[in-house]
Amino acid sequence: MRLLGGSPRGAAEALTIPAGALAVSLILFGIFVALAGANPLGVYETIYSGAFGSWFSWQNTLQRATPLMLTALCTALPARLGLVVIGAEGALIIGALATVAIASVLPGASHWTVITAMMLAGMSAGGLWVGLAGGLRYYRGVNETISSLLLNYIAIALMNHLVGGPMRDPLVLHRPSSWHVGERNMIGLIPGMDVHWGLVFGVVGCIVTYVLMQHTVFGFAARIVGGNVRAARMAGVPVGRLTLVTCLIAGAAAGLAGTTEIAAVHGRASTSLVVGYGYTGILVAFLARQNPLAVIPVAILLGGIDAAGGLLQRWHDLPDATVHVMRGIIFLVILASEPVYGRLRVFQQSVVAPSNGAVPREAA
Amino acid sequence: MEALGWWGVPLAVLGGAIRGSTPFLFVSLGECLTEKSGRINLGLEGTLVMGAMSGYGVSYLTGSPWLGVLVAGTCGMVLGAVHASICARPRVNDIAVGIALMLFGLGLAFYLGKPFIQPNAPRLPAIPFGWWSESPQVRAALEVNVLFLIGAVLAPGLLWALYNTRWGLAIRAVGDNADAARTMGYAVDRVRLLGTVAGGFLAGIGGSFLSLYYPGSWNEAISSGQGLMAVALVIFARWDPLLCLFAALLFGGAGALGPALQSVGITSGYYLFNAAPYVLTLLLMIATSSTQRTLKGAPSELSVTK
Repeated sequence: MRLLGGSPRGAAEALTIPAGALAVSLILFGIFVALAGANPLGVYETIYSGAFGSWFSWQNTLQRATPLMLTALCTALPARLGLVVIGAEGALIIGALATVAIASVLPGASHWTVITAMMLAGMSAGGLWVGLAGGLRYYRGVNETISSLLLNYIAIALMNHLVGGPMRDPLVLHRPSSWHVGERNMIGLIPGMDVHWGLVFGVVGCIVTYVLMQHTVFGFAARIVGGNVRAARMAGVPVGRLTLVTCLIAGAAAGLAGTTEIAAVHGRASTSLVVGYGYTGILVAFLARQNPLAVIPVAILLGGIDAAGGLLQRWHDLPDATVHVMRGIIFLVILASEPVYGRLRVFQQSVVAPSNGAVPREAA
Repeated sequence: MEALGWWGVPLAVLGGAIRGSTPFLFVSLGECLTEKSGRINLGLEGTLVMGAMSGYGVSYLTGSPWLGVLVAGTCGMVLGAVHASICARPRVNDIAVGIALMLFGLGLAFYLGKPFIQPNAPRLPAIPFGWWSESPQVRAALEVNVLFLIGAVLAPGLLWALYNTRWGLAIRAVGDNADAARTMGYAVDRVRLLGTVAGGFLAGIGGSFLSLYYPGSWNEAISSGQGLMAVALVIFARWDPLLCLFAALLFGGAGALGPALQSVGITSGYYLFNAAPYVLTLLLMIATSSTQRTLKGAPSELSVTK
């Protein structure tokens, strides 16, 4: 219970409101597919079975949830300081490029050396990328939301430049792609599953950062900064160092997503990395109310919806974009449910517990 | 290009800038209006694609591209109204709502737009300002689409309206200090609703340009992120509609520089030119931001300038 609220009532509130919002969005989505002539109940059933109905669909879901967990951390961690960072897309790409680069300079090294080097390279490149936004925020007052958005586009242009020229593998014809990191350097599957080890990185990343933010002095100081920067400064909290380090960790998470996308899925960098993991991750973070632990189930839920897309087309003759509409409706309804927190009589105690993990609206 | 040699490069960039800047122009004018009222709408990317889809669909079904433009704008208004009404609720983050609307708009456009990927719809007209020239390059460069001309008139018009009309005063007052505006009797949420709806209308029109003029067809990869870039562009233009026009031309021209240089044999660094506007915007922000004060010209209610 302490994971969510602080009090049992707080925990109940933190579970009931998103569940209620989810129910409302499912009803809206049902009306939407009914207008398209499909049977809403049948569509729900298909989505459930496509996402969580069998071991096979579970594995597909977990596979898709993996990058979302890591990119969500890129927004969730700085949010504790009151920063809105939307740079996961760029950090993922930069991490992926660094992964390819480091693998190419270690041709003869052992499997584990290369994998360790790739992970370190991806994390440090992604960390520096978002750390730049954090540094500019603290030292120059440059707004981190806009700078991280700009850095996304700079990262995409940089990748297009590199995979179209200096890092291009001329043997790949269908789209400009970088060299392959080498089949023997690929990160394998978790034994007994059809899911790669990236899932473990994602889950461990969420747990470690949760402990860091919730149970250490560092996290406590970060939350003070998020509450009131001036008060934090008065109390002697090193705001600049906290901002920088938090952004470094946040970027490292997204950079690690880049590493796993390369070393466990694609093998090479190309535009197939730019599929919006970064932007979906932002919403995962907001739906998880910036709580790193809650990121895990939210990412799995969204990964599941994604996984069910193909089935809707096959069984209900709905376009595969139907799941995108569903995702959009869920996001909008959950964001619109934010004001309900602290307003429902059932969850109130004599002393109102502060809602945990929400980004103060005026804090950006 | 042979006839003109190197002169073909600036000419092609000019033509490309006018063509490429039109969606930037409309989206940024819309975003400028919304941000002036104190809210940021990152959902304009979804609005743009929704506008492209609906404009194309209506033009195909009715045979009238201008009706398509109008419907595209109307779709933008609806999405803008959704953004504004969710953001009007307490403690809701406008950036998150924008991203949710971006994903929703993209999803809805792909969902509804499936039947329109194949057919050909009537396109918007252009005015051949290069009729006097023999050279096909000059003619191509000076063929100016009508929407660009409308946008070019709209930009100074909006600037004038912002500073010389009651509506403009209301938007600026609400964007600079919501509490003070409330004391003056303005309905803050309603002004922001109108600002966001009007912004959505313009962004929707910008989307219809993509499908009805250039590239001139509807497909799921029609936008290359112009809707999100508009946010950077507005900052680059310092929340000034007239400067938005020049910034849009600059962003459009930067996109046209790569292909133009490619046509005279310079192929390296093609994509780096595409990054130029973002690097420039970032450098501008670094140079002018300060930890002590907000950006000059910025609406002080805007979350991203605090």
